[in-house]
Amino acid sequence: MMDFIAIPVLDSAIRLSTPLLLACLAGLFSERAGVYDIGLEGKMLMAAFFSAAVAAVTGSAWLGLLAGIAASMVLAAIHGVAAITFRGNQLISGVAINFLAAGLSLLIAQHWFQQGGRTPSLIGGGRFAPIDLPLAQTLAPVPVIGPIYSDLLSGHSALAYLAFLAVPASWWVLYRTRFGLRLRAVGENPAAVDTAGVSVVGLRFAAVMICGILCGVAGAYLATALQAGFVKDMTAGRGYIALAALIFAKWRPWQAMWACLLFGYLQAVALWYQKIDIWGLVIPVQAIDALPYVLTVVILAGFVGKAIPPRAGGEPYVKER
Amino acid sequence: MTFLKSFLSTAATSALMAGAAIAEPALIYDLGGKFDKSFNEAAFNGAERWAKETGGQFREIELKSEAQREQALRRFAEAGANPIITMGFAMADPLTSVAPDYPNTKFVVVDVTWIEGDNIRQIGFAEHEGSYLVGLLAEMASKSGTVGFIGGMDVPLIRQFGCGYAQGAKAANPDAKIIANMTGTTASAWNDPVKGSELAKAQISQGADVIYAAAGGTGVGVLQTAADENILSIGVDSNQNYLHPGQVLTSMLKRVDVAVYDAMKAGDTVETGVFILGLAEDGVGYALDEYNADLITPEMKAAVDEARAKIISGEIKVASYYDNDNCPVLDF
Repeated sequence: MMDFIAIPVLDSAIRLSTPLLLACLAGLFSERAGVYDIGLEGKMLMAAFFSAAVAAVTGSAWLGLLAGIAASMVLAAIHGVAAITFRGNQLISGVAINFLAAGLSLLIAQHWFQQGGRTPSLIGGGRFAPIDLPLAQTLAPVPVIGPIYSDLLSGHSALAYLAFLAVPASWWVLYRTRFGLRLRAVGENPAAVDTAGVSVVGLRFAAVMICGILCGVAGAYLATALQAGFVKDMTAGRGYIALAALIFAKWRPWQAMWACLLFGYLQAVALWYQKIDIWGLVIPVQAIDALPYVLTVVILAGFVGKAIPPRAGGEPYVKER
Repeated sequence: MTFLKSFLSTAATSALMAGAAIAEPALIYDLGGKFDKSFNEAAFNGAERWAKETGGQFREIELKSEAQREQALRRFAEAGANPIITMGFAMADPLTSVAPDYPNTKFVVVDVTWIEGDNIRQIGFAEHEGSYLVGLLAEMASKSGTVGFIGGMDVPLIRQFGCGYAQGAKAANPDAKIIANMTGTTASAWNDPVKGSELAKAQISQGADVIYAAAGGTGVGVLQTAADENILSIGVDSNQNYLHPGQVLTSMLKRVDVAVYDAMKAGDTVETGVFILGLAEDGVGYALDEYNADLITPEMKAAVDEARAKIISGEIKVASYYDNDNCPVLDF
């Protein structure tokens, strides 16, 4: 049993949680402002491609990151125009963005690099290298704390630390700033915000663009930190798992982090152990893989507290005339 | 060969005399697309080789959706293309419905061996034989004695790869430890390099120092992690040695190009029935080029060539996963 909390498994869990966490926080901003976004997957994929493509051409992972964020923000803007300006159906717009990203990333990749929809492998500065935290080597021999600090917490890429720093930052922005208060209000009762003389459209666009930035970082993390290049459809459903985590966390930042860590941990366990034997009871790995979705359905069904989405979520705001 | 050559020239002459062109062959690529660096691109390469050698021309189409399969088959058949070569197991159903309508057209399908039809040439590959050879090489190259296998989607075809690999490793060293993992059970298991990397790291921590990836795009992550962690990896389908020079031990080759080339060369008289291309037919094999020449020692090369000869002569029998849906040496 102790195997399940072994350092390498937890380390793997952190790596797998990071893209989920970034995408989950992205969805949090957008949905808290009343714009549902199932296009997280597509934005991540597009960002993964552009970050890898630019990093491959320029040899700089940071330029790649910027390109990935820009690509993701373009898709976010399309979603914003469709869902906020033209008051279209937010779910349909999100689905369209997923399809658009899946096709477009592959098409451009084939056109630019002629490698069957892949980018060239990134080398050297094209990838985000692991960062060793200060004193990691010195503390390593210390029992318990040493391995946790030097093996588990140290040695991730800059983007992973950024993702976990984004959690308190999101909390602070949402709950301790005027912007955050208005952003949450616009997702609950846009009419009240409008009455107060604050632009609903402006706030929602701001939220959608923040969502684009975070998805961009998530995509760049996949392609230039975890991997060394883009492969078609490489997000592999992580955008949807992030949405499940968002519901599981009931649209709150700290809980989002725990939900993503849990889901990442479940993925890691499923990868590290093909069959899980708990006192003679063998659990197939597929069951562990499906657990995030099962847990989300349980939460949605109201067995463990109630998940209440932002009240104005999914509805375009129409000013009364 | 000589028969074919003389036949082709006769056919060409008679066609010229009749003043009519010979039927052009047609090639239908699967959804992966013509330049997928693997399965479909191999087919394209085979067709190109035929076209260059004979000066002939072929028609081709890249499928974009499932619905186009039958449509493309019928269009080529109506246009008089012969033979019509199709790629991938998903062509099985469309072929069963289309082929009987065009009894005078020959159809060729790669990776399908189980459908009915007098005018269909079905080509399968003995993936377990090729995997046996790379398993042998893997275990000989391994210092720890532990080798890894990472499959894509958990389907019998991929277990066939893993099973042959395990038998090869056991042949090199009866105490060999084989760690086998599958990436998943859905189609996304073919395109998840992140999971491929994590699986590779998990296997490395369990002692594996050579890892064989039969997992499509997921394998890219496996090969990358193996190179990053300074262990060896083995590619699949096409020659992937060049991806990380000096760090990919070898690649298990599946010569789809040979299958397509042969079919085109035979033209509309191509033999129908079920054909399994194994080591004897050069349908599968292992890759040796300038990128891995330093990794394959003379002893390893001798051993693998000996095994190859023995499999061809029947002295070594590599158990197929399909025979009774399990693997004698590996528990999935």
